[in-house]
Amino acid sequence: MSTQSPALRLEGIVKTFPGVRALDGVSFEVLPGEVHALLGENGAGKSTLMKVLAGMHQPNEGRIFIEGQQVTMRSPLEAKAKGVVLIHQELSLAEEMSVAENIYLGELPRKRFGLVDRKTLLDKAGAILKRLNCGFGPDATVGDLSIANKQMVEIARALTVDAKAVVFDEPTASLTDAEKVVLFDIIRDLRERGVGIVYISHRMEEIFTISDRISVLRDGSYRGTLITAETDEDEVTQLMIGRSLDLTRNHAHTDFGDVALEVRDLSCDSLFQDVSFQVRAGEVVGFYGLVGAGRTEIAETLFGLRTPSGGAIYLEGREVRITSPVQAIENGISLVPENRKEQGLVLGMNCRDNMTLPQVGDLTAGPFVSDGAEVAIFDLYRDKLEIKTPSWRQLVGNLSGGNQQKIVIGKWLSMHPKVLIVDEPTRGIDVGSKSEIHNLIRDLAKQGYAVIVISSEMPEVLHVSDRIIAMYHGRIMREFTSEEVTEDNLVQAISGISTNGDKAA
Amino acid sequence: MNVSSRTKLIKRGAIWGFIVLELIFFSVAGQFLSLSETQFMDLDNMLLLLKQSAPIGIIALGMTVIMINGNIDLSVGAIFALCAIVMLDSQTWPIFAGLGETAIIPFAWGLALLTGMALGAINGLIVWKTGVDAFIVTLGAMLGYRGLVFMYNGEQPTFLLNWTLVDMIETSAFGLEVPAIVFIVMTFVIWFIMTRTVHGRNAYAVGDNREAAVNAGIRVGPHMLMNFVLIGFLTALSSIVFYSASGSVNPNDGELYELWAITAVVLGGTKLTGGSGSVINTLGGVIAIQLLRKGLGHIGADTETVNLVIGLILIAVLFLDRQLNIKGKGELRT
Amino acid sequence: MADERLDAIGKLLARQGILVAFVIFMIGFALLNDRFLAVDNVLGVVRSSAILGVMAIGVTFVVISGNLDLSVGSMMSFSTIVVLDLHDKIGPELAIPAMFLMTMALGAFIGLLVGYLKLNSLIVTLGMLSAIHGLTLTYSGGKNMDIADKEGTWFSVIGQGTALGIPVPILVFAALACLLAMVLAKTPFGRKVYAVGGNGVAATFSGIRRPRVVLATYLISSFCVAVAGLLQASRSMGSQNTVGQGLELEVLAAIILGGASLLGGSGTVFKTVIGVLILGFIQNGLLLVGLEFYVQYVVTWLIIILAVWLDIAAKRGRLLSPIA
Repeated sequence: MSTQSPALRLEGIVKTFPGVRALDGVSFEVLPGEVHALLGENGAGKSTLMKVLAGMHQPNEGRIFIEGQQVTMRSPLEAKAKGVVLIHQELSLAEEMSVAENIYLGELPRKRFGLVDRKTLLDKAGAILKRLNCGFGPDATVGDLSIANKQMVEIARALTVDAKAVVFDEPTASLTDAEKVVLFDIIRDLRERGVGIVYISHRMEEIFTISDRISVLRDGSYRGTLITAETDEDEVTQLMIGRSLDLTRNHAHTDFGDVALEVRDLSCDSLFQDVSFQVRAGEVVGFYGLVGAGRTEIAETLFGLRTPSGGAIYLEGREVRITSPVQAIENGISLVPENRKEQGLVLGMNCRDNMTLPQVGDLTAGPFVSDGAEVAIFDLYRDKLEIKTPSWRQLVGNLSGGNQQKIVIGKWLSMHPKVLIVDEPTRGIDVGSKSEIHNLIRDLAKQGYAVIVISSEMPEVLHVSDRIIAMYHGRIMREFTSEEVTEDNLVQAISGISTNGDKAA
Repeated sequence: MNVSSRTKLIKRGAIWGFIVLELIFFSVAGQFLSLSETQFMDLDNMLLLLKQSAPIGIIALGMTVIMINGNIDLSVGAIFALCAIVMLDSQTWPIFAGLGETAIIPFAWGLALLTGMALGAINGLIVWKTGVDAFIVTLGAMLGYRGLVFMYNGEQPTFLLNWTLVDMIETSAFGLEVPAIVFIVMTFVIWFIMTRTVHGRNAYAVGDNREAAVNAGIRVGPHMLMNFVLIGFLTALSSIVFYSASGSVNPNDGELYELWAITAVVLGGTKLTGGSGSVINTLGGVIAIQLLRKGLGHIGADTETVNLVIGLILIAVLFLDRQLNIKGKGELRT
Repeated sequence: MADERLDAIGKLLARQGILVAFVIFMIGFALLNDRFLAVDNVLGVVRSSAILGVMAIGVTFVVISGNLDLSVGSMMSFSTIVVLDLHDKIGPELAIPAMFLMTMALGAFIGLLVGYLKLNSLIVTLGMLSAIHGLTLTYSGGKNMDIADKEGTWFSVIGQGTALGIPVPILVFAALACLLAMVLAKTPFGRKVYAVGGNGVAATFSGIRRPRVVLATYLISSFCVAVAGLLQASRSMGSQNTVGQGLELEVLAAIILGGASLLGGSGTVFKTVIGVLILGFIQNGLLLVGLEFYVQYVVTWLIIILAVWLDIAAKRGRLLSPIA
C-alpha cells in the first residue's frame, strides 16, 4: 500500500440519538485495495458507523470523503451512486423475484413508456454473475437459492456500480467453510481491482486471515488501528475491552454425577442419523460443527419440536417420549434457543413476565397470577445472573443482547431442569458479557446441571466443554475429552475426516 | 422435474384445474339434478357468466395489484356506489343542461372515473404520509365513503335512465357484451403492466420486502399511492359498466364487494402477505366463483347454499395451499 | 432537559390520547347540547352500545392473540335467528343453552382451523362470514324470525328489562366486561394470550400450548357473540336474518380506537370498552346536534385515522411517515 488517497475516509463523525451519543468523533479510513477490519463490542458503534457510511443516517458532525472528495449521502441510493455499498447482515432481497430483478432493484433498465428492458437486464445481470463465478443464472428465483448464494446476489448488487468501497457486515454468519472460501476469493478479487473493503466481524480467525489492518471501536470512540501482520488476538482484545480474555482450555474434572441424559441411535430423516451420546450431571458437553451439521436439530428434537424417525431418549435411565415442548419441560429438559429475539423472548413484554412464562400457570393464588411469586423469581435470577435493568417492568426489547440472553437463561434455570441445552449462548453478544456467560455455564455444571452447549465458535466450545462432540452432515464423527481435543483434530472431525484419516462418506 | 418445482406448477395452475373440475361436476350433476332443459356448458351460458363476473372481476384486478403490494382495500364497495351516484346524478346537473343524452355521456363517465381516482388517492395519500396500515385506513374509508353515499340522497335510491347509455352498454361484439369485453381487456392491460413495466415489477418488490425496496431507492409512497388510484379507477370503471345499464343505485349497493374481490384474489393464489400473485389467476378466481354460483343454481341449490359453499371452499383452498407448502425438510412443530 | 419533559408529556398524551380525546369530545358535545349528558341519554347510549360492546370485548381476545375474526357479524345474525326460532319450538329455557352451544360450536370450528391447522385467520373468518350467512339463510328459509306470543314469555326481560333502575343489557355488558378484563389481565391464560400474540414462536418455545390458547380465544369470542345475539333477540322479539351484517367491522373499529394493535400482543378489555363508547357517543352526539345518522360514519372514519396515526406517530417520534 502506497501513500495514495484513501478510497474512503471518515473524519470526526459524531452521531447522536435521543439520550445517546452513539459515535463520538470517529475517524476511520480505508485505502484502495485494502481489507480493513472493524472490530468492537456490541454497542461500540460499528453498526451506526456503517449506517452513516451507507447513507442511512446523517452524521451530526464530521465529514466523509470518497477518493479525496467530500460528500454528503442522504440515502442508500446516493451512497451507492457515489461508490459506497453495504452488504448487510440481514439480506435485503425480494424472495419471489428473479436474481436479475434483485440485482437491479430500483434501477431496472428502461425502455420507453416505463417498460422494462428485459434483454439488457438479463445480459448485464448475467455478466456480473459470471464475474462472481456463480452457479446460477439471472432468471433463477431468489427464494430458491441457498443463503450463501443469496449473499452472492447481494454482492452482485454491489457490483452494478463502480464501487470504491464495499462494507461487509458479518458476512460469514451463516456460511459453511466451503462457502467462506468462495467469499474470501471474491473479497480478494475486489481487492485486486482496487476496491477498499471494510470487514466487520466478531471472528478473530477470519480477521487474521483476510485483513490488512484492524481498527477498533469502543463505546462510540475510535481506539486505534493495528497492522494485522504485526499484532495478535490478545492485543486486539485489549483494545476492544481494555483487558485480556482468559480463553484457556477448560481443565477436566472427573467428579461428575450419574447419567442425566442418554440418547441412542436417534435419527430424524435427513437431518441427523444414528446419534448416540450421554451427558452426566455436572458435565458440559459441547456440540461443534458446521452450519447444517444437525446440532440444532438434535436440540429441537430433544425439546419436542421435531419428531424423531428412530431411536430413543432416556432421562435418568428411564425412556421418555417427547412430542412437545410441554412434555420436554415436564421431563426436565430446557432449551435456550439459537435465536433469542425470535424464539426466546416476547420483546413487547416486560422482563419479569418473560422470565416466568413457562411456569405462569403454577404461580397462582386462586385463579389469578401471584404478583409476589413472580417478582420473587425475577429478583432471584436478576441477582444470580447479574442482569442489568432498571426494573422488572422494563420491556425486554430495550435490553442489551447480553442481558436479554441472561433473561432467557434465567427463565429456564427457574424451571430447575435436569438437562439444560444452550444453543449458541453468546451469538451477537459483546466480549465482556460473553465471558460472564461462559463462567455462568461452568458454574451451572458445578451445581450439578447436565449442560449441552451448541456453538459455532471454536474458542468458546473449547473453553466451556468437558467433552466435545463433533458433527458432520448429521452424524457424530467423534467425541473428544477436553484433554485430547486440539484445534486441528476438531476441525478435521467436523469437516468429515474421521480418525483414521479417511473422508467420511 | 423435482418436487419443489412440480409443487409450484400445481399451485400456479391450481385455480384452472379447479375450474375444470367445476365444469365437469356441474355438467354431470346437471344431467341428473337440473330442472332446466339446457346443458350447463352451453356457450351462451358461459358468455353470460363472463358478463356477470365483470363487476367484481374488474375490481378484483385492482385488488390483486394492491395485495401484491402487501396492502388491502376494504373501501371498494363504497367507492363503487359513490361513483355510480356521481355518474347518474351528474346527468341532471344544470351545468350540463344543454347537452343531449349522447353528449353528456363522456362527462358523466369522466366524473365517475375522477371520483373513483380521487377516493383512491385519498386512501393512498393517508397510507403514504401517516404510515397507518392500509387495512385500517381502508376500513375507516369503507365507513366514511359509505357515509358520503348516504349523505348524497339519504336512504333513497338514485335513479336515472339514459337509453343511449343503456344501448351502448348492451351492444356486443363477437357474442361478448361490453362488460365482458372491458373485463377481458383490462385483465390484459393490468397483466401487461405487472409483468412488463418498471412500476409493475417494483410492485412485487414493495410487497416482498418493503425495506429493501426503500433502500434500493424505489419511492414506495408515491408507488402505493398510484396503485390506490388505480384500484379507484378500476372500481369506477366497473361501476360505470354496471350502472350504465341498470340506471339505478341504492345506497347499500356494493356491500361486501371488497370481500368478494379479496376472495377471488386469494382463490387465484395471490398471497395475503404480498410479493407474489398474478392477475391472470385472479381472473381464474373470479370465474371460479361465478361458475360456482351458476352451477349450484343449475342443479337446483338455492342462493343461500351458494354463500355456504363458497365460504367452505375458500377455507378448503387455504388448507390445501398449506399442505402443498410444507417443505420437505420437516417443519418445526411451532 | 425541559425539552425532554415536554417530550415525555407529549408522548403520554399521545399514548393515552384516545382517553383524552374522549373526554374533550364529551365536553364539546355537552356544551353544544345540554341533553347530551342527561342521565337517561347516557344510559340510552350505553344500552344501545351494549350489544356491539359485548361482541367487541370477545373479539379483543382474538386480536390480542394476533388473529382476526370477521365472522362475528354473521355469527350474531345466526345466534339471534336461532334463539328466536327455538324459543317458539322448545321454550326459552332450552332455546338459550341450545343457541349458545350451536354458536360456540361455530367458534370452536374456527378455533380448530386457525389454531390447530394454522390457517390464516383473515381468510378463514372471511370464508366463515359467507358460510355462516348462508347457514343462517338456510336455517331461516330466507324469512325473518318473530316470536309468536310476545307477551306470554319472560324472554323479553333480558333485552328490555331493568334491574335497580339500570337496563339489563348494560348490566350484562358491565358484568361481562369486568369478568373478561380480570381473565385477560390477571389469569395465567390471559398472560398466555398476550404471549401468543406478542411472539407466537417464542410462546411455543416457552411451553405454551399455542393451539389451545387460540381455540380458547375463539370460544370466548363466540360466547360473547351468543350473548349479543341473546340481547338482540330479546330486545326486539323478532329479527331480520341480516341483523348482524357489518358489525364485524364496527367491532374492529372499536378495538382499533381503543388502541389495540391488529398485529397482536397489546390492548385491554377496558380500552375496547372505551372504543365502543366513543362510537356510541359519536352517533348520539351527532344526532342530538341535528345531523343525520350517516354523518357518524364520516366522523368515525376521521377519528379512526387520527387516533391510529397519532398513536403511531408517538411511537416513532415523528408525525409524518419517513418513507419517501
